[in-house]
Amino acid sequence: MSPNKRMKAVLSNIVIWMISLLAVIPILLIVVNAVKSGSEATSMSFKLPHSFEFGNFSTVIEKGKLGQSFLNSLVYSGIASGLCILFSAMAAYVLSRNKSRLNRFLYLFLILGIALPINYFTLIDVMKWSQLINTRAGIIVLYMVTQIPFSVFILYGFIGGVPKELDEAGVIDGCGPKRLFFSIIFPMLQPAAVTVFILSFLNTWNEFLLPLYYLNSADKWPMTLAVYNFFGQFQQSWNLVSADIILTILPVIIIYLLGQRFIIAGMTSGSVKG
Amino acid sequence: MTRRMYPFYFIVVALGLYVVFAVVPSLMGLYLSLTDWNSFSKAVHFIGFDNFRTIFSSEENYLHGIKNTVVFTVATIVLKTAIGLLLAVLVNKGIRFRSFHRVIIFMPSIVPMLVVGIIFKSIFNPEYGLINEALRAIGLDQWTQHWLTDIQWAFKSIIAVDVWKGAGYIMVILLAGLQAISHSYYEAADIDGAGAWMKFKAITLPLLMPALTVTTVLNLLYGLKIFDTVYVLTNGGPGYATEVVYTQVFSQFSLGSYGVGTALITVLFIIMAALGYFAVKLMSREEQNG
Repeated sequence: MSPNKRMKAVLSNIVIWMISLLAVIPILLIVVNAVKSGSEATSMSFKLPHSFEFGNFSTVIEKGKLGQSFLNSLVYSGIASGLCILFSAMAAYVLSRNKSRLNRFLYLFLILGIALPINYFTLIDVMKWSQLINTRAGIIVLYMVTQIPFSVFILYGFIGGVPKELDEAGVIDGCGPKRLFFSIIFPMLQPAAVTVFILSFLNTWNEFLLPLYYLNSADKWPMTLAVYNFFGQFQQSWNLVSADIILTILPVIIIYLLGQRFIIAGMTSGSVKG
Repeated sequence: MTRRMYPFYFIVVALGLYVVFAVVPSLMGLYLSLTDWNSFSKAVHFIGFDNFRTIFSSEENYLHGIKNTVVFTVATIVLKTAIGLLLAVLVNKGIRFRSFHRVIIFMPSIVPMLVVGIIFKSIFNPEYGLINEALRAIGLDQWTQHWLTDIQWAFKSIIAVDVWKGAGYIMVILLAGLQAISHSYYEAADIDGAGAWMKFKAITLPLLMPALTVTTVLNLLYGLKIFDTVYVLTNGGPGYATEVVYTQVFSQFSLGSYGVGTALITVLFIIMAALGYFAVKLMSREEQNG
């Protein structure tokens, strides 16, 4: 390697480290301040705390009702993402296998939902009509609906790559449509299904507008709303707010680190064709 | 066999939910935006295009919100694409711990915006915030600003936070695009004696076009729907300086004047449906070619 090229390599390594640092600084800031005492955290800085106040976390869990909202978020995102995969896969499968004129239209109609804005006003009427307003089931249904278009899009692309011979073999062996899908096709979709599950789990975990509009009691709030409410009450206690934030984003970051391969695969699928 | 083995009822649940909870409300909105619908009285009267006249009248603030939304969208598209592309090119070659950096740089985009907003409220704080403290520490006192309460800076700060959060996502998509470009093109160009800039312009950019199209569409759809970044950082303030369409929708919601709010969403709905139509066409065309 020529000295010039080596210089360049060193330089770009330095730049990338600085950018990575820039990306994590805000998160590190929260981590440092979460274990400070109240007075130390009034100025949010990187000064290390004199003593580690891990009690902040238990204070927050108690005052911020984090246990309840954690369970709520888990139920909302878990059930919505699970059902979303099931229904999206079923739809994507039939739409992709039987490309009649109608199905082709329905596919485009469904994925148009990726773009459409939600009309929060008229949705109130629909929620009242379906008696889902202010219910946990209502939020699960809405979360599911917001994730269906993108999930169908990803699964549709993936099913195109599952050989049709499998279906034929299944039919010859006497499978009905349900058996064919659930015991042969659905297991084959696992990689795409994991991606879809993680993406919709993260999206719905981070969402807060739908519960803000359609849930009236704080007992049913998900974590994002709980943390925002907590921030409103304890604006001055940055150490508590930081601890609260850490507990809120910890599940998301764990899921991200465990599933980052799948996330990146899903985010880039459809956008790049090798 | 096709019809029997791929029954229509497999589609029904997904389609039904989508129609009832996404399409029907939008269509109801088309009608109700022409009424004086509000939360105080049960009666709904047809008032023609009055709500739209309100929105597009220069006496009200809505045009300002629409303008801000457009500015936000254009600015984030340009900045995220430029930074994302730069990062992708940088990470693509000659970097140690490449996947580590990729994981880290992507991380901001999975943190909830509500939380990011709270963190940046502290970072932007004029007295004890990280940015102003850092500026003071290196002696640049005159550069310190009231980042979120100064009319000159508030909207720029919002855009900066959004770019901080979103650039990594764009980088990951573009990086995948870069890695799909065959090395042989660059080798051929080397033999022909092309420089780095020439290679970038004549090989990388054209072959990256599909990925760039996708990131632009994604940024566009995201930008027009922007809400949470503004809501949590300034909630439209100072005054109305940083209002965007969705924060205005939100205030109409709390005021109870559903007619105007619905009309605002309907404007957005029509624009998004048209853009979405082209995006969907684009995506399905690529599929047929691929």
